[in-house]
Amino acid sequence: MSITSSGKPPSAMASLMQNNNVLGLLFMLPAAIFLICFLTYPLGLGVWLGFTDTRIGRDGIFIGLENYEFLARDSVFWLSVFNTLLYTFVASILKFALGLWLALLLNENLPFKSFFRAIVLLPWVVPTVLSALAFWWIYDSQFSIISWSLMELGVIDGPINFLGDPTNARASVIAANVWRGIPFVAISLLAGLQTIPASLQEAASLDGATSWQRFRYVTLPMLTPIIAVVMTFSVLFTFTDFQLIYVLTKGGPVNATHLMATLSFQRGIPGGQLGEGAAIAVAMVPFLLAAIMFSFFGLQRRKWQQGGQD
Amino acid sequence: MNTTTKMQDEVLTDTAEGMSYLNRLPRRIVTLYLPMAVFVFVLLFPFYWMAITAVKPNSQLTDYNNYSPFWVVGPTLDHIKYLLFETSYPGWLWNTMLVALGSTILSLGASIFAAYAIERVRFTGSRPVGLMIFLAYLVPPSILFIPLAFIVFKFGIYDSKLALIFTYPTFLIPFCTWLLMGYFRSIPFELEESALVDGATRWQILVRIILPLAVPGLISAGIFAFTLSWNEFIYALTFIQSSENKTVPVGVLTELVRGDVFEWGALMAGALFGSLPVVILYSFFVDYYVSSMTGAVKE
Repeated sequence: MSITSSGKPPSAMASLMQNNNVLGLLFMLPAAIFLICFLTYPLGLGVWLGFTDTRIGRDGIFIGLENYEFLARDSVFWLSVFNTLLYTFVASILKFALGLWLALLLNENLPFKSFFRAIVLLPWVVPTVLSALAFWWIYDSQFSIISWSLMELGVIDGPINFLGDPTNARASVIAANVWRGIPFVAISLLAGLQTIPASLQEAASLDGATSWQRFRYVTLPMLTPIIAVVMTFSVLFTFTDFQLIYVLTKGGPVNATHLMATLSFQRGIPGGQLGEGAAIAVAMVPFLLAAIMFSFFGLQRRKWQQGGQD
Repeated sequence: MNTTTKMQDEVLTDTAEGMSYLNRLPRRIVTLYLPMAVFVFVLLFPFYWMAITAVKPNSQLTDYNNYSPFWVVGPTLDHIKYLLFETSYPGWLWNTMLVALGSTILSLGASIFAAYAIERVRFTGSRPVGLMIFLAYLVPPSILFIPLAFIVFKFGIYDSKLALIFTYPTFLIPFCTWLLMGYFRSIPFELEESALVDGATRWQILVRIILPLAVPGLISAGIFAFTLSWNEFIYALTFIQSSENKTVPVGVLTELVRGDVFEWGALMAGALFGSLPVVILYSFFVDYYVSSMTGAVKE
């Protein structure tokens, strides 16, 4: 509104409004203010806080690399790095494999196709914390429905300690993360599958390609660019996951499921060591960049190779 | 080795090679319907479990010997009544609604201008700015929350709904801008040029021509932004202390989970009711939702 009212009366103003740079600046202003105040500035501030010993309620002083030196000797930190990498790696691979499978199923001629497509996306739509609560109840040490069903079937003798044992806890949180992540991968890949022209599949089958060969040599190469983007996003979200762990295990048992994000929160907010928490968050950045590079360029390169063969 | 034998197998069974509808029914059951059924069961079971727990009387909740856990005898509304009348749950629901609406409107407004400027005004440096917007989308909240807590505190909006309304746009604006840029790009330049020739100002072009044509994009971006802010957790957990300002995810987790005796019924009812608004919204706009999700990925 202010743009028109201030732009109308004087002619100098009006000609200024014709200038694309002035106009662009004006239009960018609201977004820029928000992003600079609450995104760029905090990013810089986070890096700075990592070099200080700030606590809640007390401004810190510059202490150089002390936080990082402390973290380098901190076995819990390294455990959280290991956990994060394991969590990201296993969950991403499972999400990709199962998501691709689901996408291929949804791409078939199914009755009620759009209904299924809508239903399948539900885990991704509901708030993670709330679905994680349902998983918490499903993973209950005494009244888990999974334990009960398996006991009824005679597979196991006693209830499974889903979240109390390090290995089980890791598997359980990964399973919950995969459950939530499959729909995103599947629906995105489905969108990619639908852009592949049916004539390519027909031509391949006329040439005598089996269904596996059609998948391997037609579908997959056509899908690789989208796979690269989807998996980059998936890796990014998994790597920085916080909610699921916070609800299910809070990092336990004995820090076996602590991710870098949850450790950063625990040290920073309830622990009050803002400086150290910020340092852990900053330490995530290189790993994060590496993970993104790996998934993006790793998959992208295959596209180039296949493009080169053609 | 394995693949070659497998391929031969498929050649043998797949003599009517070609379109999938020619496949025989038993084969379709094994390769299509069965896996699909397993997927749907696994993906939906937690919701069923949530719903059934929310209406189960406490006596049946942990008594698996006398009652089948998968069904409920004599459903009760006690948990829901408890949730609605004896906890601050309705307040949290209201807060979440306010915060989600506020931040969505704010972000959508800012994003419309930004996307239009980047895509159509073409000021010097609009390309790098567009790229920076995309990169901003990749910055995860879990590395920002500590410095943001600091800033929110300095602004004096700590522990208020404003803290959330102002910080959620950090991930909503990049997303909405990126999505709207794609929509604006698809609107033909000629429309805008002829309006310019007729003497329309940029403002008039934006309001009278671009926005009406971009309504599907606006709906997509708005719904998605609303869902993202409804589901947000880490900022709400960090910036809000007092019970009356909490959002649903934070409230349910921090106030309904007490001690060692879990009120599973009330907890699941809370999870169910907290999910319902986004699920209802989603069910009305599935296609917009899917297009915004895949749109952001495809660009």
